[in-house]
Amino acid sequence: MVNKVIYAVYEDPELLKSAARKLITAGVKVRDVFSPFPVHGIDPIIGLKRTRLGIVSFMFGVFGLSLAVLGTYYMSIYDWPMNIGGKPNQFYYQNVPGFVPVLFEFTVLCAAHGMAITYLIRNKTLPGMPGRNPDPRSTNDKFIIELRMEDNQQHASEAITNMLRETPVFEINERQC
Amino acid sequence: MHQEAAIRPPLILGHRTYGDITADVAAPIENKAPRAWYVLIAIASIIALYGIGCIAYLISKGIGTWGLNKTINWAWDITNFVWWVGIGHAGTLISAVLLLFRQKWRMAVNRSAEAMTIFAVMMAAVFPMIHMGRIWLAYFVFPLPNQFGSLWVNYNSALLWDVFAISTYFSVSLVYWYIGLIPDFATLRDHVTKKWQKQFYGVVSFGWTGNAKAWQRFEEVSLVLAGLATPLVFSVHSVVSMDFATALVPGWHSTIFPPYFVAGAIFSGFAMVQTLLLVMRKTMNLEAYVTRKHVEYMNIVIMVTGGIVAVAYVTEFFMGWYSGVEYEYYTYMSVGAATGQYWWAFWALILCNILIPAMLWFRKIRTSFFWAWVISIVINVGMWFERFDIIVLCLHRDFMPSGWTMFYPSWVDVGTFLGTIGIFFTFYLLFARYFPVLALNELKSILKSSGESYKGEVLPKSQH
Repeated sequence: MVNKVIYAVYEDPELLKSAARKLITAGVKVRDVFSPFPVHGIDPIIGLKRTRLGIVSFMFGVFGLSLAVLGTYYMSIYDWPMNIGGKPNQFYYQNVPGFVPVLFEFTVLCAAHGMAITYLIRNKTLPGMPGRNPDPRSTNDKFIIELRMEDNQQHASEAITNMLRETPVFEINERQC
Repeated sequence: MHQEAAIRPPLILGHRTYGDITADVAAPIENKAPRAWYVLIAIASIIALYGIGCIAYLISKGIGTWGLNKTINWAWDITNFVWWVGIGHAGTLISAVLLLFRQKWRMAVNRSAEAMTIFAVMMAAVFPMIHMGRIWLAYFVFPLPNQFGSLWVNYNSALLWDVFAISTYFSVSLVYWYIGLIPDFATLRDHVTKKWQKQFYGVVSFGWTGNAKAWQRFEEVSLVLAGLATPLVFSVHSVVSMDFATALVPGWHSTIFPPYFVAGAIFSGFAMVQTLLLVMRKTMNLEAYVTRKHVEYMNIVIMVTGGIVAVAYVTEFFMGWYSGVEYEYYTYMSVGAATGQYWWAFWALILCNILIPAMLWFRKIRTSFFWAWVISIVINVGMWFERFDIIVLCLHRDFMPSGWTMFYPSWVDVGTFLGTIGIFFTFYLLFARYFPVLALNELKSILKSSGESYKGEVLPKSQH
């Protein structure tokens, strides 16, 4: 019984949200929610923390900027300074206005790609991965709440099913895992 | 939740459900392609092959096969480059800038506009590459350690800024586009029934699940990438304009070039989006999603950016004349240009970029699909002439009258340009056939706030 999974299928994000709220208030733990598009406002209800991907992007941006500063300094000031239209290049700060476009572009390049790669890895969405959504309709027009009995050992599975029946549920599926 | 004014026209017409949106977008993928698609892709790929042949000939013979001469050493190649890059500005503008401004109408156009952007930037990249002459040394544009001692790139050069700007813009646009495509590929993976299609969309959807955490991350990534791509949109064409503005050629050496070029790029990019989208909505039955209101919004963007471009022309014309410098008499915006041997190029620009687009000020015309389409093609032509004028007209009257000359394109010039148009349309037709042409996940999220049958209701019917 412990390994049982219950999928409650809804037809609308608002209905799903009200059902999730009801379940949480009753002390039922919601494992996950599957939907064809982002359900706004579901994160605080089921207790998801804010993602830190924005910070990741910032850190990659700082890394990119540092690398670009280092590269421009090494190539144009230290290793082989050249007289380009008489632009001063004895010190880095004198020549830095000419480097601004490159510094900016490289910062954006690293921030964007660093974040995108982190996102794909964190989501486990990588080439060759099989689709792991419980129901093919969840990418089309159905909104699904996943409940696991191992998270809710204090409740009987019938009690949860009855609770779900009281919400405007479309269908309830149970599965052993 | 996002609330909308009840009087605002709906963005999704008809009584549609979430499932209908999926079915509508999947229909062209699942059904047999219409005959017109085969005819179009046959024509496009023949032109593309001819263009590839011209490029191969050019690489084997050298750029002497172009019509360039000692005075006019940049002509169609750079004209085409700037034209394509400009066209490639609409997609990321629509998806990034309009996302930050929370413009919901972008959701019906962003996917195809971004695809167009990516293909256009690819076509743009062809021209500087083949203009190098020795294309096998193209890697020299990157700051790589090399076998020639300390031979580094010149970070002070606008041409190098261009390398960084365009490669960053291209790769970031591509990633942004693909990250938005992953959930929609997953929708198709779960929707299609043919075996090869299931496998194909299974691979390209990267195993997307659509759980709450994935969507939370998806929204964060979309927002941050939009924030990063927004300055990128403006920087890319600013840098392209500096290829000219930092040179000492009269007519090019102008401080208003960056904002003026960015406005011109958005102007031409939206025109190309209209050209493609108005045909697509008809042939692929997307009338319910790309409505008259969408076309009007896009025409308003065209009017605003076209207005900025027109003001820039007038400013250039006036300042050149007012300076009293005789070299300014022959720049692309001057009396010399309007009355000289290139009068036709000058007047083509004025007609196609100012006078005809001004018709969009009439509400009847900017809400008409047919006229919007015609004007969008006129703008595409006009913006090509703008770049041709800036490059060739400013060069053709050299500092010494002995160097004065005209530019005549060779068949390789023409073939290469047509070829890139062929390659572009081949890619675009393949995209329209096999990719979800609307952003499914975004459109579904506005169905109940902006859809015709839900508009005005606070809560969905089932909850009453």
